[in-house]
Amino acid sequence: MREDSLFRDEQLEVRIIRGRLQFVGFVIFICLSLLALRYHYLQIEQFDRFVTLSDDNRIHVRAVPPTRGLIFDRNGVLLAENRPSYTLSVVPENAGDIEELLTKLGKIITLAESDLERFREQLSARRRPLEPIPLRYSLNEDEVARFAVREFDLPGADIQVELIRHYPLGEYFAHVVGYVGRINERDQARIDAEAYAGSHVIGKTGIERQYESELLGQVGYEYVETDARGNVLRVLERHHPVPGKNLYLNIDSELQIAIQDALQSEQAAVVAIDNASSGVLVMVSTPSFDPNLFVSGISSRAYNALLEDPAKPLFNRALQGQYPPGSTVKPMFGLIALQEQTITPEFTVFDPGYFALEGQQRVYRDWKTQGHGTVNLAKAIEESCNVFYYHLANITGIDVLADYGLRFGLGHQTGIDIPGEQPGVMPSPEWKRATRNTAWYPGDTVNAGIGQGFLLVTPVQMAQTTAVIARRGAVMSPRVVQSVGDQPVVPLLEDQIEIRDEYWDLVSRAMRNVVHGTYGTARAIGNGLSDYEIAGKTGTAQAISIAGDVKYDDLELEKHLRDHALFISYAPVEDPQVSLGIIVENGEHGGSMAAPIARLVFDTWLGQLESNSAVGSDNAAN
Amino acid sequence: MPQTDFVRSLPDAEPDKSKTSFWQIIHVDPLLLSAVLITLGFGFFVLYSASDGQMFYLKRQMVLAGAGFVVMMIVAQIPLAIIRRWVWLPYIGGLGLLAAVLFIGTEVNGAQRWLGLGPIAFQPSEIVKLSLPLLIAAYLGKRQLPPRFKHVLATLIMVALPAGLIIVQPDLGTSLLVAGSGIAVLFVSGLRPRYIVAAFSLLLVSAPLVWQFGLHDYQRGRIITMFNPEADRLGAGWNIIQSVTAIGSGGWSGKGWLSGTQSRLDFLPEGHTDFIIAVLAEEFGFRGVCFLLMMYLIIIGRGFWISYTAKTPFSRLASAAFVFTFFIYVFVNMAMVSGMLPVVGVPLPLVSYGGTSLISLFIMVGILMAVSTEPGTLKS
Repeated sequence: MREDSLFRDEQLEVRIIRGRLQFVGFVIFICLSLLALRYHYLQIEQFDRFVTLSDDNRIHVRAVPPTRGLIFDRNGVLLAENRPSYTLSVVPENAGDIEELLTKLGKIITLAESDLERFREQLSARRRPLEPIPLRYSLNEDEVARFAVREFDLPGADIQVELIRHYPLGEYFAHVVGYVGRINERDQARIDAEAYAGSHVIGKTGIERQYESELLGQVGYEYVETDARGNVLRVLERHHPVPGKNLYLNIDSELQIAIQDALQSEQAAVVAIDNASSGVLVMVSTPSFDPNLFVSGISSRAYNALLEDPAKPLFNRALQGQYPPGSTVKPMFGLIALQEQTITPEFTVFDPGYFALEGQQRVYRDWKTQGHGTVNLAKAIEESCNVFYYHLANITGIDVLADYGLRFGLGHQTGIDIPGEQPGVMPSPEWKRATRNTAWYPGDTVNAGIGQGFLLVTPVQMAQTTAVIARRGAVMSPRVVQSVGDQPVVPLLEDQIEIRDEYWDLVSRAMRNVVHGTYGTARAIGNGLSDYEIAGKTGTAQAISIAGDVKYDDLELEKHLRDHALFISYAPVEDPQVSLGIIVENGEHGGSMAAPIARLVFDTWLGQLESNSAVGSDNAAN
Repeated sequence: MPQTDFVRSLPDAEPDKSKTSFWQIIHVDPLLLSAVLITLGFGFFVLYSASDGQMFYLKRQMVLAGAGFVVMMIVAQIPLAIIRRWVWLPYIGGLGLLAAVLFIGTEVNGAQRWLGLGPIAFQPSEIVKLSLPLLIAAYLGKRQLPPRFKHVLATLIMVALPAGLIIVQPDLGTSLLVAGSGIAVLFVSGLRPRYIVAAFSLLLVSAPLVWQFGLHDYQRGRIITMFNPEADRLGAGWNIIQSVTAIGSGGWSGKGWLSGTQSRLDFLPEGHTDFIIAVLAEEFGFRGVCFLLMMYLIIIGRGFWISYTAKTPFSRLASAAFVFTFFIYVFVNMAMVSGMLPVVGVPLPLVSYGGTSLISLFIMVGILMAVSTEPGTLKS
């Protein structure tokens, strides 16, 4: 040590240290320059990119769902509206321990097993981050209050006010208006996710589904500033949603309600069409159900009860029920035979009570065992003579009947603006070959002649063919919706069936006599009717031959063996305003069960028209 | 020992009284002190914004800065000979506390670093950070420079003891900083190039081994994160992505004081401590960053000048070591927050909230001012 100090060269030491200091200083200067360059790169060169990133951080786009369009009947009676409803939902990202939160919530708000199940399902599905998951719908005021008190202790949980679809007339319109329901995964596959951002429901059936795009409206957006935990601090910019369009239906709710009430205990369907506009005035299918149950998710118990009800309330008989039309096809087939000259108005058949094809032993019977005697077309329609029609079908041939039948509206969808319509069956040799892979027999034609055998129609088809007859050949699709917003729905003339006027007159008179004639099969409803005249045709279909969907178990069979009652009609005869198709399942025969419903429709509707025009003329007089 | 002191203090015995100024009497370096205070004041504004406009942190920071200022002024008055003579005391004490912290320290974020003393908690590593460079400066300053092998070896042991104790806390960052400040003294004292070459070779050879066996998972994770922060967007990468976004979105002129969206909406974590430069850069822009770098450059440059013109080997080495430590803090912090270095817990000098490091800084400035105003002349 001593050596060190004795021989120290201070000048050298200073030089050494200063040299090193210069070096270190140089390095430090370089390093600080590097820092400056780095910050210059980030803040000046990459500025645009980082501004975007920073805005992406804080600015979120939030969808503002549009208000769904309202649905009214033709007189402005509200059929579907939007009501405020409280929904409890959870943002999982903000909740921390989800299970603990659910336990806490369960103590103040009733959470059903199904609520939790649906919540967990949505929790595990793909979703946008920070999007709330609904836990329970339609909370009552008490629950909202209890939640508000404990809200501080329930991070991630929130109550939103939401507009929920409501159907004030409930089951009267379940089969027409239909209902909306929660968007499920199947819906998600067919919709534009962008258009439904913020919306939770979609039209599932009926008008709600058919006119979904008009009712939905356009989604709005707002740009909101959020902090790192997703709390919304303020709205920066808002693009308002465009509300959905309101729909006005052709349906008259008063009439609809009256008819449904009249058929309360029956399984029946009624479709009434306004001839001029082809608008659907009435579409009833009983029994019905409460569509409000479906809006925010029906419980599986309630749903199963509806499914298992033997009366099939969910089944829309008016569009989906396919029945043998029975004698209701007689006016149409008569017109076809006249126009194709296979018979003349004077053509007669002697009815001994049965009919047999040449060279065959099988006997086709009339419902009147002793027979109707000598019968022409007018009488055959009025008294519903089967033997005349066996002859008529046999000489006219199935090909001609099928060609015209399709034009009148049988065997294919009528094109009514409600989804799920069944096509029915207008049989022909080609049809039988394609579907049954067997040959067409002459006996098949004979059966078709009285609306039995393979022939099947839906109630809406019955109303449609009747309207075509009432309009003397003008074919237009039935329309339930009268106008979308201010835009009226104009029906198109799709076809014009050319038949000579004298034939229309003849059949019209015969149909009048069904109600007003001495031997008419529906003469019971003509009693005491003096204001106007009704043209109609009764029909009877065997319940046992009902096709497809409906299945009866053996015990029930006895009660349901009774025949279905059918009735088609239009009125007034001279200036047909309304056409009707009615079926009452197991209603025995058309004259007794179905026809009185027609009287109710006409009395109400024509009475209304009359009083309206009376008011009109009064005004004019003043 | 006394003799060596005597020999070396000979030139100091004849101070040039005619040049003694007011600043020399009160042991203040006006340029250094103004730069420090301006930076500190600027830091107060940033801290107020970074703590969401709450006065709590700012008040504490001001109180500590006041205390630090007093400590600095006291330290500046202490003759350097006394510091040189007694610096082993805090060094040994620091080592003891470092050992103690392993057993009775408070665990924060998985590492035992803090020692509670009544109401105040502090990190004993701060004591070592200060005393180690001083001790080495005292040790080497007494010897012929450049240091011989045995002196280098002794120095390395002085460095290794605290560095080892800190690394097992575990706190790799601080350990490297402590070791760095010791080795900086060695380098400035003229360490021969062959030792430097040898050290670098050793470092290169051992690096893979250290990576494999010497690092904790979280440390490896931080290094990986630095190179690819996107790999773990919401985990370790979050801090870096958010801080770089904050810096970049500041642009040239910044979003304005109290208007940084990244920090005020809580996207930026640790905004008032280690990541405060991101708040500054976001709100004051590149202009603000340049201003801060300028102030740091003045402090560092002035420190170098003080070291350059210091009158004894001890003061030369000690001041050089402090300047270097100060620079390392600035560089590591600003590089880390801007994504150039892995995340290590290093505060930004004079700006970050944090009591212990602020007091340490003031002590360093105090010693630098003592060196700057040391009486006597340099014989050269």
